[in-house]
Amino acid sequence: MLRTVDLTKDFRGFTAVNAVNLDVAEGMIHALVGPNGAGKTTLFNLLTGFLSPTSGQILLRGDDIAGKQPEQIAHMGVARSFQITSLFEQMTLLEHLELALASPTGLGYRFWSSRKQLSRFKARGMELLDEVGLADRSGVTAGSLAYGQKRALEISLALANDPSLLLLDEPTAGMGLEDVDRTIALVKKASQGRTVVFVDHNMHVVGSLADSVTVLQSGEVLAEGTYDEVRNDERVITAYLGDAGGDHG
Amino acid sequence: MSAQLTDTTRVETAASAAPDRKLNPFVRAGLLVLALLVVLALPWYIYPPVAMDILAWGLFAISVDLLLGFTGLLSFGHAAFWGTSAYVTGLIAIRLGLPFPVAVLGGALVAMLLAIPTGYLAVRRTGIYFAMVTLAFAQMLFFLANQARDITGGENGLQGIPKSFFGIELVETDPFYFYYAALPLILLGAFAAWRTVSSPFGRVLLAIRDNPARARALGYDVERYKIMVFVISAGIAGLAGGVFSVSHGFASLQELIWQTSGKVVLITVLGGIGTLWGGPLGAAVVVLLEDQLASSGFNGIGIITGTIFVLIVLLFRKGIWGTGADLIARLRASRTSSGRRDA
Repeated sequence: MLRTVDLTKDFRGFTAVNAVNLDVAEGMIHALVGPNGAGKTTLFNLLTGFLSPTSGQILLRGDDIAGKQPEQIAHMGVARSFQITSLFEQMTLLEHLELALASPTGLGYRFWSSRKQLSRFKARGMELLDEVGLADRSGVTAGSLAYGQKRALEISLALANDPSLLLLDEPTAGMGLEDVDRTIALVKKASQGRTVVFVDHNMHVVGSLADSVTVLQSGEVLAEGTYDEVRNDERVITAYLGDAGGDHG
Repeated sequence: MSAQLTDTTRVETAASAAPDRKLNPFVRAGLLVLALLVVLALPWYIYPPVAMDILAWGLFAISVDLLLGFTGLLSFGHAAFWGTSAYVTGLIAIRLGLPFPVAVLGGALVAMLLAIPTGYLAVRRTGIYFAMVTLAFAQMLFFLANQARDITGGENGLQGIPKSFFGIELVETDPFYFYYAALPLILLGAFAAWRTVSSPFGRVLLAIRDNPARARALGYDVERYKIMVFVISAGIAGLAGGVFSVSHGFASLQELIWQTSGKVVLITVLGGIGTLWGGPLGAAVVVLLEDQLASSGFNGIGIITGTIFVLIVLLFRKGIWGTGADLIARLRASRTSSGRRDA
């Protein structure tokens, strides 16, 4: 489904992502973990076209998408959420979904039509909001949502066009315990019939969701495998906890 | 340094401060009727050529608001489109002798064509860099127009643009009637702007203004949208510039100079961005003020308008329209809350 071959990104001499080889099989939930500065978000931005790689390939179903623009990649069935909540603060929730659903139709180019045309996406938009438990808030602006709800809206937006590959950048960042569990359930549900790659610091989230895990450090792959395999990997324990951490397992 | 305009310039859109406030349809319809009545009555109370100036600058400001208020792009070279249309309109009217509305439409069309390459280059940059590219382009046109004396008349400008109007002499000679003959062109521009912002396209523009990265992740080709709105905006600026030059009977380098780009941004921000209403309001204030000051023999108009601009940016960031709307909303809120307390 998604494969990278020696994917590398240099920022003026600083190598944020160094020869990374990922291989995510169809239908899997794959986690990217690693300490801050490990290159997770850079990798995400490479996969979604917000950055173009210095070298290497990104193969989506065998096609090299390296260097394509974000909107082109979006139209290839790849949707992403952002680490820092990234919404249109002044738009209502329903307007968000309408905008997402209108994207593949080209309706957005119609500067001569009434914006009422967007209401054809209302029913589907409400369905999607309902799936993340936000249907009753469809008329309020995103700016007035609580943090956990904003994160849920992010996921809802990413799911709107039924992507085959879903990329979630720290879906539970900054959440309280209750919201974290709700998000885990949400991602689990969303992963039905699609491939998911996500970044998260929360090992509880990684443990409950991920079929496979890649651990990054300093832009390189440190370890790969199932959650249990990498959790017991000496190098990973060292990277996360320092040498003393080994005793705690 | 951040490339986002909203970070570098702290001018808020009039609509943004109170996100949940949207005008109800009755108020909006009432405002529209009122505005039309004012526009129709204007030349009865104000010297008609000055009234025409207000409308032309008002429409010019609307074209800037389309970019600044609705897409988050500050064009500092919009005189390029206003001025190009002023010259092209004049040339069509003089050399081909066509009725002035046809000439103005021709001018606006050329302005739009010009906006395609300009927009293509400019939208690759954001914030202050976008403003600089548009400014550079306008300056280039200014020098070209200055050099091409055979066509533009150089420093003398293009003199004697006729107000040909299907042989109707009243329109061709009397500014009062000319005003009403030119009004449909202005309304056409205002309608185009309104149609644009209240379309699905307009919704995407707001998304781009507020969060371009998110819009791209949703699959929207942000650069293409920006080029499109840039071209639409140039066409509207072109309508305004064409009417202006016919009204004055000449087109000069003044129409292409960078101060003209600055003045229209000033007018737009003064009136309040992000509503389309602000531009005409700002235009009325600035044009009337300039007219009063000029007729009283005062020479430092720039000092006055500059001071007002500084005050607006410092004290009333949302401009006249936004500040006024806020005030009304606050009054209404305090009335309803005190009413609740009484009950």
